[in-house]
Formats: sequence, C-alpha cells, structure tokens
Amino acid sequence: MSARARALLVALAAVLLALPQFAGSYLLSVATLALYFAYTGQAWNVMMGFAGQLSLGHSLYVGLGAYAAAAVFTKFGIGPWAGAWVAIALCVAAGAAIGVLAFRFGISGVYFALLTIAFAEFTRIGFDHIGWLGGPGGLFLKVGQRSSWDLANLRGTPAMFYYVMLALTAGAFALCAALLKSRAGYYWQAIREDEEAARALGINTFRWKMFAVIISAAMTALAGVFFAFYYNNLFPEQIFNIGQSIEIILGPIVGGVGTLFGPVLGAALLTGLADALNNLVAAMGWDIPGVKQVFYGIVLLLVIMFLPNGIWPPLARRLGLGR
Amino acid sequence: MSATLVANVVIAGVLTGLVYGLMALGLSVIFGVVRVVNFAHGEMMTIAMYAAVLLSGAFKLDPMLAALPVAAAFFCIGYALQAGLINPFITRPEHSQFILLVAVATILTNVLLMVFGPDARSVQTDYQLDSWELGQVIVDKARVYAALAALGTTAALFAFFRFSRTGTAIRACADNHFGALVTGLNVKHLYAFTFGLGAACVAIAGCMMTLLVEVSPTVGPSYTLLGFVIVIVGGLGSMPGALLGGVLIGVSEALAGLFIDPSAKSMFSFALLIVVLLFRPQGLLGRKA
Repeated sequence: MSARARALLVALAAVLLALPQFAGSYLLSVATLALYFAYTGQAWNVMMGFAGQLSLGHSLYVGLGAYAAAAVFTKFGIGPWAGAWVAIALCVAAGAAIGVLAFRFGISGVYFALLTIAFAEFTRIGFDHIGWLGGPGGLFLKVGQRSSWDLANLRGTPAMFYYVMLALTAGAFALCAALLKSRAGYYWQAIREDEEAARALGINTFRWKMFAVIISAAMTALAGVFFAFYYNNLFPEQIFNIGQSIEIILGPIVGGVGTLFGPVLGAALLTGLADALNNLVAAMGWDIPGVKQVFYGIVLLLVIMFLPNGIWPPLARRLGLGR
Repeated sequence: MSATLVANVVIAGVLTGLVYGLMALGLSVIFGVVRVVNFAHGEMMTIAMYAAVLLSGAFKLDPMLAALPVAAAFFCIGYALQAGLINPFITRPEHSQFILLVAVATILTNVLLMVFGPDARSVQTDYQLDSWELGQVIVDKARVYAALAALGTTAALFAFFRFSRTGTAIRACADNHFGALVTGLNVKHLYAFTFGLGAACVAIAGCMMTLLVEVSPTVGPSYTLLGFVIVIVGGLGSMPGALLGGVLIGVSEALAGLFIDPSAKSMFSFALLIVVLLFRPQGLLGRKA
C-alpha cells in the first residue's frame, strides 16, 4: 500500500471515528447500514474477489448467524459475545458442507452459484417451519436501543451500534489486507486466475477454496449477529431472501471485485444512492411503490455497462494510489 | 387419503409441470447457445402474464390466443435485449452478467409495480372451472389446454432446431462458437435470434400460466428460481431435459403440497436440485460439459 493510500485511509478513519459527534441519528443509521454492507461485501469478496468462487447465497450465513445468536440469547440468556461463537461455528459448518459437496464433486462457475442459491432458499423455507424459532411469524429480541452503553449485551445507543459496526468493518479490512499478502492470498489469486494451472503448480486447490469459503462464512456470521441485535427482529422471509444476497454482492461489484477498497466504496455509494433516492422520491411526491428501485436498477445497469471492473480501479489510477 | 385423490394431484402436477417446462425451456435454450444465465427470466414471465391479463380484460382475448401476439412481441424484445444490452457481456465474467440481468430484473419488476400496483390480478375465461371426469379422476380443462399449448410450442421449437437452416446454424454456434465465426455465420444475429426464441417460450408459458394462477408484480424472482431448479434438474441446455425437469418439479410440488404442507413445496424442489447437482451435475438428460 502506497503512502498516499495510507494517508487516505487515516483521513477516512478520522472522519468515520468522529462522525457520531456531528451526525444526527438519521445520518448515523444510514452510515451504520453502509458499514454493514461494506463489511458483508468484504466477506463475500474473500470468496469471489480473492478465490474466484461466485456465491449468490450469502444470505444463508447472515441468516444462520443471526438466528444462532438470537436463539441462544432469547432461549438461554447467553449474550452476543458467546453467541457469536455459536453463530461462527454454525456458519463455518454450513460453509464447509457446501464447499465439500461442491468442490469434491467438481461443481464450479454458474453451477456453484446456483448451488449456493439453492442452499439459501432451502434454509429459508426450512426456517419457516421451525416453530421453536417462531417460523414465518419471526423471532424477536427484547427492545434493544437504550440511552446507555451495554456492550456485553449489545444494548445501547445508535452510536454504540455504529462503533461496533465500524470496528467490525475495520477488522475485516485489516484481515483482508493481511490475507491478500499471505500465502493463502497468493494461492487464492492463482486459483482465481487459472485453477488448472494452480493445481499443476502443486497448489491443493480443494483445501484453499475450502479455506476461502470458511473465512467468508465466519465473517458473514458476525454480520448476522449484528443484524439480530441491531434490528431485534428476524424473519426467514427477509433475512434468508435472495434479495439480501444480491444486496451484499452489489457493493463489491460496483466498487471493484477483488480490491480492498472496492467493497467499502461500493457499499457507501450504493447506500447513499438508495437513501438519496428515498429522499428525492419523497420530496417530489412520487409516492408510488417501485420508483426508487427503478432508478436504482438503472444506475446499476449504467455502472456495470460502463465500469466493468467497478469504480475503484479507475478511481485509484486517477488518484495515483496504485492498486 | 384415497388413491383417486393422489391420482388427481399427480395429473394436475404433470400438466402444470409441462407449462413450467416450457418456461424453463426458454432459459435452457438461451444458456445452451448464448452461455448467459438469464436471471431476469421470471420477471419476463411476469410481464407476459400481465400482457395476457390486460388483453383478456380489454379485448376479451382468450390467453390461448393472446399467446401469439405476446410471443411475437417478446421475440422482438428478446432480440433487442440480446443485441443491444447483453451481447457486449458474453465475454465478461459471470458475476458481471449476473448483475446486468439482476438490474434488468429489478427494473422490470418495479415498473410493473409502479404501473399496476401490488394487487394480484387474474384472467376470466368461461372454461376455467370446467373439468372432464374420467371415471373418478377429474381433470381441469384449463390445465389440459395449457399443457397442450406447452407441448405444441416445444414440438415446434424442436422441429425448428432440427430441420430449419437457422436452427441448424444456431446449433452450430452452440457447439463451437469459434468454428461458427470461421464459417461466416452471423453469430451476433443468431445469438439475438436465440434470445428472442427463449423470450417467446417464456411469453407463451406466461400466457398459459394465467389460466392456472393469478399474477402480481413480485412473483418474478420465484419463477426465476423455479426455472433454475428445473433446468438444472433436467440438464442445462437440454431441451427434453427442461420438459422432464418441469414435470418432475410439477409433480413433486403437487405431492409435497398434498402430503406435507403447501408452503413447504418448493423446499422439496430445492432439495431435489441439491441432490441432482451433487450426483449428476450435468442434469438428468444433460451431456457432460
């Protein structure tokens, strides 16, 4: 990472740390949402951007993580920090199961992507029929936001949730930066570029692809835990929805697949865009359902047509940041 | 639970499954030739269903007849979509294609929502509630008509690919893209033609579907997923496979609805998909890639 990139990162960190001091609660909730998508996008990017395995079912890990932490909290009174380990364990198991099945049987490309959708949809409908967790009626946590901080139980002000999400995002960024420079990162990139050639060079492609899936699943599990304690209500229809998976991957694709800054930039732009459209539609009085999504779709279409590698790579060149 | 009831349900499942099969056939043909997965397939189907509902409401046009103009319009739309929008993406990575078609799907769904509102609509025909009784087995007329139309369309498409010059040329593109270019085939035109054919299939399937279910703007994604399940089970790119997959899914949905819970029916479709992907990833009738 160049000196300029480092300076940019420090400036960004300073702004993000100071944000709750001057931002109102509304702006803070938008920023929290942007960080949430930056984090999940970073997690997805490990699998697709680094190792080249296209997952279209990341809502599976968000949902499993959220339900695991929420279930042990509401049913057994176990707090989110211990619950997070349950969530991670469950998601790693699910990711490993999908990985073993897919990679052992040589499923790749479109077929792998469709397999991940199938698992997410299967689980969504499955959770609709688990009465113990509320089924389609949802699972609810006791009201979450309070005036004081209670980090041990993830109960506190919006600013606390913002800082928790910021810490997660920063952690994910650091982890990905380290991974990209590690042996695993280079193996992944070799697999992404040409799996046959990577295997010919003696890389155990099965093992390293599994590693990517497991890291990505474990990271996404924490996003699920956050989701559960931030929103305090979970519905299978919503959290396992394919729309959730799509939202997760839009950020990194718009920002730049395989880059470190791409998921962050993409999530910030898309969340900001969605919010601006909300306000625009409200201000102009176009109160018809669907208007906002049509605009969103058009912007997405234009980005993917004219910036096929995402916004970050050309922007980084323009700013003289290298890659 | 009597054997008659089960027989009734299975027959209804087979007939519905044939319409599903026609929808999936469109997806399969497009993937088999253009190698692009049409993630907006269910949304296109929803638009066809709305077209049938509107034609039925405005001109009292039977969906069976409405299928013809709707299919013609969809052929043109599909051709334009491929030639204008998707063609530059055929050499791009899969995730790029995916986002492109997701964007198209988002726009289609929400334009429908803007224009028609969230309420469900349906068509009215005078034979909708009629049925034939064969002994104790009762068969809905509408379902039989829809299934026959699906079979007829499939047969016509099959004949087109088998016997016509354009169909042969399209198969050549599918077999060997580079070879097709070398022999001077206009691959871009043929790809667009294929996408048009796939769109026409889904248009006819959509019109037939209005005889069986009602339509609302948000049903698109579930039809897209249904289409994926069917083509993967049958074999992505295989025409008879799409029909077989459609029937299998139609029957499994119907039986799951009868024996377990109607809301759990697509869970069995996805379970079937996972099993097929693991043990026969090329699908039941697909060729090994």
